[in-house]
Amino acid sequence: MSADMPLLSVRHLSTDFISADGTVAHALEDVSFDAYPGQTLGLVGESGCGKTTTMISLMRLLPAAGRITSGEVLFDGVDLLSISERQMRKYRWKEMAMVFQSAMNALNPVRTVGDQIAEAILLHDLMDRAAADQRVIGLLDLVGIAKSRKDQYPHQYSGGMRQRAMIAMALACQPRLLFADEPTTALDVMIQAQILELLRDIQQTMGLAIILVTHDLGVVAEICDSVVVMYGGKVAEYGSIDVVYNSPQHPYTQRLLEAFPDLNRPADVLASIPGYPPRLNALPPGCRFEPRCHMRIDVCAKATPKLIDVTPLDGRPPTADSGQRSTIHVAACHLCTGPEVKA
Amino acid sequence: MSERRTLLKRNLLNFWRTFRRNRMGRIGAVLLFTVLILSIGAPLLTPYQPTDTIRDANGRGMTFASPSEHGPLGTDDAGRDVWTQLLYGARISLTIGFVAGFMAMVIGSLLGILAGYFGGWIDSLLMRTTDVFLVIPDLPLMLILVATLRQLNTGFSPTVVLIVVIGVLYWTSTARLIRSQVLSIKERQFVARARAIGAGHSHIIRKHIIPQVMPLMVANTVLIISSAILTESGLSFLGLGDPTQPSWGTMLNFAFARSAVSNGAWWFFLPPGLAIVWVTLGCVLLGNVLEEIFNPRLTSHHLEGEQHMIARPDSPPLAEGIEGGA
Repeated sequence: MSADMPLLSVRHLSTDFISADGTVAHALEDVSFDAYPGQTLGLVGESGCGKTTTMISLMRLLPAAGRITSGEVLFDGVDLLSISERQMRKYRWKEMAMVFQSAMNALNPVRTVGDQIAEAILLHDLMDRAAADQRVIGLLDLVGIAKSRKDQYPHQYSGGMRQRAMIAMALACQPRLLFADEPTTALDVMIQAQILELLRDIQQTMGLAIILVTHDLGVVAEICDSVVVMYGGKVAEYGSIDVVYNSPQHPYTQRLLEAFPDLNRPADVLASIPGYPPRLNALPPGCRFEPRCHMRIDVCAKATPKLIDVTPLDGRPPTADSGQRSTIHVAACHLCTGPEVKA
Repeated sequence: MSERRTLLKRNLLNFWRTFRRNRMGRIGAVLLFTVLILSIGAPLLTPYQPTDTIRDANGRGMTFASPSEHGPLGTDDAGRDVWTQLLYGARISLTIGFVAGFMAMVIGSLLGILAGYFGGWIDSLLMRTTDVFLVIPDLPLMLILVATLRQLNTGFSPTVVLIVVIGVLYWTSTARLIRSQVLSIKERQFVARARAIGAGHSHIIRKHIIPQVMPLMVANTVLIISSAILTESGLSFLGLGDPTQPSWGTMLNFAFARSAVSNGAWWFFLPPGLAIVWVTLGCVLLGNVLEEIFNPRLTSHHLEGEQHMIARPDSPPLAEGIEGGA
């Protein structure tokens, strides 16, 4: 596959949650982005903005109350939303794997770590037991865990080791796409750096596409190639990491970046965005960020902003789907000017 | 392969270590094992058969002979050796208890796991069925069932009938217990992970749910065995046992029917009664300890094992403080 073709194309994905009393929460609305092999895409936003929902929607692992209402998820050309559950199971882990946020909870406490890493290999009948054991040792080695630890239980591992074991587990079937749901949240800074380093090394040797869910903008700046900023279940801004960080167009992205302390500039008071993300079953009628926005104008409360292509004009035609991923930059704000994104 | 074997050996060793430290568990195991050995070795421990009549030097049957007159435990109204009946009765009581208990465990666990895991209408159906069985008083229902089945001349021995009736009626508490446990386990993240690796329902149930409820199942089985033995004794005491294969309950029934108490023949009714208490107590003590041991989270901790950093299994309570935070 050519490196210019996205491995995963998400188009207009919308997900609803229907609660027991019948109220509908629009958890995701019209989410679109691309993930390319060998690159890392960051999904950022506050809690409750739909980052994790996006991820589990893509894996089709939504709980019973969740429904994907529209959209397309093209994985290597196949629409994952239109295939059967049985076919989807073949995609899980073999093509797209996941590093869970809380490694302790994602490991079964009564089975050995090695056993659980081998589980996916055996489940997909990729190799026999003995070969799988060998592969587990190789995977543990890859993430820096001694093979004598293979037959230990999760509670005998330290927090960082568990997270590394989760990465080994995610790589067990050599997936082409890796979701990492806040893989470093529960870890201290040293271990966090180790884990990120590890992810980057693995990506380089295996050519993985990684989708990193996080609210740590520092992590995004460090390892992502492009970033999706989500707010209230919608894409607020999406673009290559350089353009988004250097010239954020959406007020939410701007405030988010301001709220991140700068090492080089002493900050007396940490900037913050007052208020909370909207409740998904009581969304504001216009722009979802309008109630908290410091730059709002009249139209913001009335009309939902469209995604605008704000790619800097450096000679290339400014369309979202032109494959110029190094310069793509779109934002959904009434203040932005430029052509509307169509695709 | 050899790695797996050493792991198994280490696990068994750990099991034994924890088990040995627990006094209650030791007592329970000893109680249960003595009865098991006595019942298996019955032919070696008595020269008689349970139906043999003991005769004195003149060839007359010795009825209600006291322990001082005959054997370790005297004879009953028909001159049969009580010690022999006790040994052979243990076989019947234990067989009924174990088989019926195991049956109840299998039925209860299966229904509990299905109801808890799938939820929805399956859960409602299975749990309402369980409610029906829970509401009906056990003993009268069993009396009626056993009596009816025997009247029907199904061709099964009374022992088999007892096993089936107890096994089929005693799964309710297990089903409820297992279901509630499964309800909480299936919401855990490792089940979500199992789904994410592409696992189907049967894989998740076999590899993730059952290993988690296994400790509960084992402990519960041992406890159910004890109530199965008690119930069997009760039913047999009421005359529903097999008179040709007397269990402890049947012995009590004989002792009661043939006025052992008014004859002062304490050796006729006390031994089977105490034997029932003995086994039941053993089961309860063992059941509690097994639950503790089979649950890895309750036994071993963070830094224990060969790769430990500071704590050793025999080190003072430091390690126990760590447990909570692990």
